[in-house]
Amino acid sequence: MTAYLIRNVSVVGAEPTDLLIRDGLVAEAGAGLTAPDATVLDATGLVALPGLVDLHTHLREPGREDAETVESGSRAAALGGYTAVCAMANTSPVADTAGVVEQVWRLGREAGLVDVQPIGAVTVGLAGERLAELGAMADSAARVRIFSDDGHCVADPRLMRRALEYVKAFDGVVAQHAEEPRLTEGAQMHEGEVSTRLGLAGWPAVAEEAIIARDVLLAEHVGSRLHICHVSTAGSVEVLRQAKTRGVRVTAEVTPHHLLLTDEKAASYDPVFKVNPPLRTATDIAALRAALADGVIDIIATDHAPHAVEDKECEWAYARPGMLGLETALSIALDVLGPQWDLIAERMSRAPARIAGLDSHGLDPAPGVPANLTLVDPAARRVIEPAELASRSRNTPYARMTLPGRIVATFLRGEPTVLDGKAVK
Amino acid sequence: MIRHLLSGADLDAATATQILDTAAEMATVAGREVKKLPALRGRTVVNLFYEDSTRTRISFEAAAKRLSADVINFSAKGSSVTKGESLKDTALTLQAMGADAVVVRHPASGAPHRLANWVDGSVVNAGDGTHEHPTQALLDAYTMRARLGRLAGLHVAIVGDVLHSRVARSNVLLLSTLGAKVTLVGPPTLIPVDIPQALAPGTDVSYDLDAVLPGVDVVMMLRVQRERMGDSYFPSAREYARRYGLDGPRMRRLPEHAIVMHPGPMNRGMEITAEVADSPRSTIVEQVANGVSVRMAVLYLLLGGNNR
Repeated sequence: MTAYLIRNVSVVGAEPTDLLIRDGLVAEAGAGLTAPDATVLDATGLVALPGLVDLHTHLREPGREDAETVESGSRAAALGGYTAVCAMANTSPVADTAGVVEQVWRLGREAGLVDVQPIGAVTVGLAGERLAELGAMADSAARVRIFSDDGHCVADPRLMRRALEYVKAFDGVVAQHAEEPRLTEGAQMHEGEVSTRLGLAGWPAVAEEAIIARDVLLAEHVGSRLHICHVSTAGSVEVLRQAKTRGVRVTAEVTPHHLLLTDEKAASYDPVFKVNPPLRTATDIAALRAALADGVIDIIATDHAPHAVEDKECEWAYARPGMLGLETALSIALDVLGPQWDLIAERMSRAPARIAGLDSHGLDPAPGVPANLTLVDPAARRVIEPAELASRSRNTPYARMTLPGRIVATFLRGEPTVLDGKAVK
Repeated sequence: MIRHLLSGADLDAATATQILDTAAEMATVAGREVKKLPALRGRTVVNLFYEDSTRTRISFEAAAKRLSADVINFSAKGSSVTKGESLKDTALTLQAMGADAVVVRHPASGAPHRLANWVDGSVVNAGDGTHEHPTQALLDAYTMRARLGRLAGLHVAIVGDVLHSRVARSNVLLLSTLGAKVTLVGPPTLIPVDIPQALAPGTDVSYDLDAVLPGVDVVMMLRVQRERMGDSYFPSAREYARRYGLDGPRMRRLPEHAIVMHPGPMNRGMEITAEVADSPRSTIVEQVANGVSVRMAVLYLLLGGNNR
């Protein structure tokens, strides 16, 4: 196993130092290290972060390998600075059995670019009718701890209560896609001025807020852990703030796109901007950014959702919702938060690793910890070209935008997955 | 001149007025024995209809033919569309055939905007989903101007299912551009609350038709789909008709000069009674005739007929 000596790197924004990586661990840290056998990387001007952890990734395999595979999504993740991703369950077949989650887990191991941690479905076939075999998925080789019907809301309150209670047996967490389905039938975009102007059916903020309000009360009632996916409205932030103040065990994520893009993007009718939950207003963005800073929102998660060209190059109403995120997330975070490295490490690595129970991730580079880390060049600026992305799909909403920051290298258990900004394999 | 006509917002006052003035000239053609001009000879106009709409399609067809254009009717039924061809592939096909203008009717809002990215010719929105129908607004404005002599300063009530109406959206935009005042009337479930901010700041909203009628110059009744009942937008057709339908007694609350419009097709007995629809105040038949003149003007101006 090759050793790496990373020279002159700022660990999470601190004064530059050297890091020696050997045998999968950070072996030493300190100025002026020597290691004659190590490959030397000059990291002057670069920042080392604990490898990023994405709690919300769609890898599309099995079922839609034309849009993404575990391998292509893993490569996109590594290039985005990630060392672990949690793969959502809405594949075909649905990841609602031990067999499917083990398949995804095994594909992740074979690709070897990031740790792929499968998420299990809450209900059989995501149909929202009866619980999937959550315990079997938890006990499988994939060791599933997060359960989600993402793409669908667990709308039945009794079923949601049972799921929250049941997963306590193995310290699981239910990640809710908060969307009251009756309030969003046929919905195409955020309900507001822009939807009225464009004649597209509205997705009202209250459809998200009502489910979050219900579920924090359920979680409080049964004393369970709850995670809220892709929080998108100012009202949701207020519901979460109150719940957290009361001590409810709830965590929440926000996507990069909900921190940056507004519903005005829909005016082009280009479905690359169609996503669920939809892009909201500038007021919502301001509330989400404030919540991310003060901790009401715990993490940034990408909701990386690759789609084939034909599913986006069509009429808005017929297009599938979702956008790519893995390769641009850190740049958006840097754009939104600025060089607050400790906050970025917390929101994109440490906290998501804690929520997912990934013990070897989310640890700041220091002697003795697993060498899961990424090196960022904060001074770089890059123009996003869809054709240059490693994902099999091209549905990035940031095409031709200039964004700050570039991932220079990523290490997974001491092995480089990205060097000089390029995937190693 | 603009290249596409996708929205009422594409038209500034000068352009809209130019279209209406041109339409008035085109209307004189309809009175001739030979109802044809050579203006668009050798040009190809495609009517691309993804929804059944006989009246709009034949109106555009008549308009193009009176300008001597070659007309291709491409209807979703009995074409490759039913085999699942994408809008983009259809656009590329039309492009290869050399379409100078594509008139598109589509159930999805924004489909004409998408199409405009994929063809070189002009795209005319002939109604997209619940979004817009700009030539309907132009023919409505033409009809008001012909009957009442002006548009600036008129007070127009648009009554009914504004939420799902492409006619309402285009009318609000165009009428406000041309200086008319619009009041939207209907049950609160069918009027988006933020419509003034979304479309035109001076627009008023009322839930009381009887209160609005005495102060308007024009009342435009929108078609209300009976299916909306199933979605609880209103309790029953009868209750809708009672509160928002235009019948004889209500019509008599209008000022003497006021006119009654309807974009058709009408639900007689629902939003409008036969007495009103067939009364001298009704412009419903004129609207159809004016539609051809206005669409002639639009095609003529978009295809640069005035430069030849």
